[in-house]
Amino acid sequence: MAKIEMTVNGRSVSGDVEDRTLLVHFLRENLNLTGTHVGCDTSQCGACVVHVDGKAVKSCTMLAAQASGSTVMTIEGLSAGGELHPVQAAFKEHHGLQCGFCTPGMIMAATDMINRYGGKLDEATVRAELDGNICRCTGYHNIVKAILAAAAEMSGSAKVAAE
Amino acid sequence: MYETNYHRAGSVDEAAKLMDSAESGKFVAGGQTLIPTMKQRLAAPDSLIDLRHIADLKGISVNGKDVRIGAGTTHYEVASSADLAAVCPGITSLAGHIGDPHVRHMGTIGGSIANNDPAADYPSAMLALGATIHTSKRDIAAADFFTGMFETALEDDEIVTAVSFTAPDACAYSKFPNPASRYAMAGVFVAKGGDGVRVAVTGAGMDGVFRWEAAEQALGSNFSAGALDGLSVDAGDMLSDIHGTAEYRANLVKVMAKRAVAAA
Repeated sequence: MAKIEMTVNGRSVSGDVEDRTLLVHFLRENLNLTGTHVGCDTSQCGACVVHVDGKAVKSCTMLAAQASGSTVMTIEGLSAGGELHPVQAAFKEHHGLQCGFCTPGMIMAATDMINRYGGKLDEATVRAELDGNICRCTGYHNIVKAILAAAAEMSGSAKVAAE
Repeated sequence: MYETNYHRAGSVDEAAKLMDSAESGKFVAGGQTLIPTMKQRLAAPDSLIDLRHIADLKGISVNGKDVRIGAGTTHYEVASSADLAAVCPGITSLAGHIGDPHVRHMGTIGGSIANNDPAADYPSAMLALGATIHTSKRDIAAADFFTGMFETALEDDEIVTAVSFTAPDACAYSKFPNPASRYAMAGVFVAKGGDGVRVAVTGAGMDGVFRWEAAEQALGSNFSAGALDGLSVDAGDMLSDIHGTAEYRANLVKVMAKRAVAAA
């Protein structure tokens, strides 16, 4: 058993888990943070993306023990004060989801991408950066639209109007 | 995943000692290949020795044309290094197209070359750049390091600590990624330096990464994509699987080589 501790969504947490426990299972089963999803179990779909020490990673491809000592942000930690995060609001506004299963991973990937590119994001970059996130409903168009709109809003430039 | 015992090493020495006391241990760096493999129960090490927190293994240094990349440097860090892009854009571009952004945040250059997956990108760069692989025990020329599919010259408790090379005058990497996995169906790294041209191919060869010597000779006297027109790759040496036949891969190698030369 591994004794682990980390900061999740600003809260210090600890636990005793089997060494083989994946980070996603620690988040979902020990901390009841079920917003982070397991989609494929083969490290391809990106539904499990969270931020570890400020970078988007697949929580199904990392042991909880590997993340011990780190700062983790999940979809539950994104909004503040009851207001949706701008990326969440943009997904709602632009219909960036249908069944919603991939959405937590999409939004965590999107916020990471916006952190790295800011207002310099263009459509081709967003599509390339979504390589690790699979959506089986939307066809991606509205996801891309939502990310571009959120990037524009967060970087302070004129908000892209919904088409 | 079968049960395992996780150990976090604070230094290279400690990691080697932990390996010596394990029954069937594995070093884990980014874990982007090893953890999925363990999840599928295709690997079941009794001990996992985590190298990710060893400070000595991290960082990129560029002095003139001399480049050294710590083994624990992530693909994202290589891809986003402006110093490295200024002297060797081929390797930053290569790193920026491995897997996907989340994989690149975790995966490391040391892990990639130590695993020597026949479809991994970095081994081609190491061969084409004539890199030296530094380990906890010795320095190994890339040509002697990669010994076959998933095989390297590494001993069980030997750890890759860094790679170093002299930046070439021109270089580029071009790959045809499998549309689903993003692994290279064929990836070609071309480097042109004072001692000639090197062309290294990943993803296609039956024995893993290899140098295409006929192309090197042709490009040595005429460094242009057209110089490869009359050449062909022997399909008998190529992988053949559900993703593509040997003949298909042989043609891909030539096309990727021409694209890399054009981009260099």
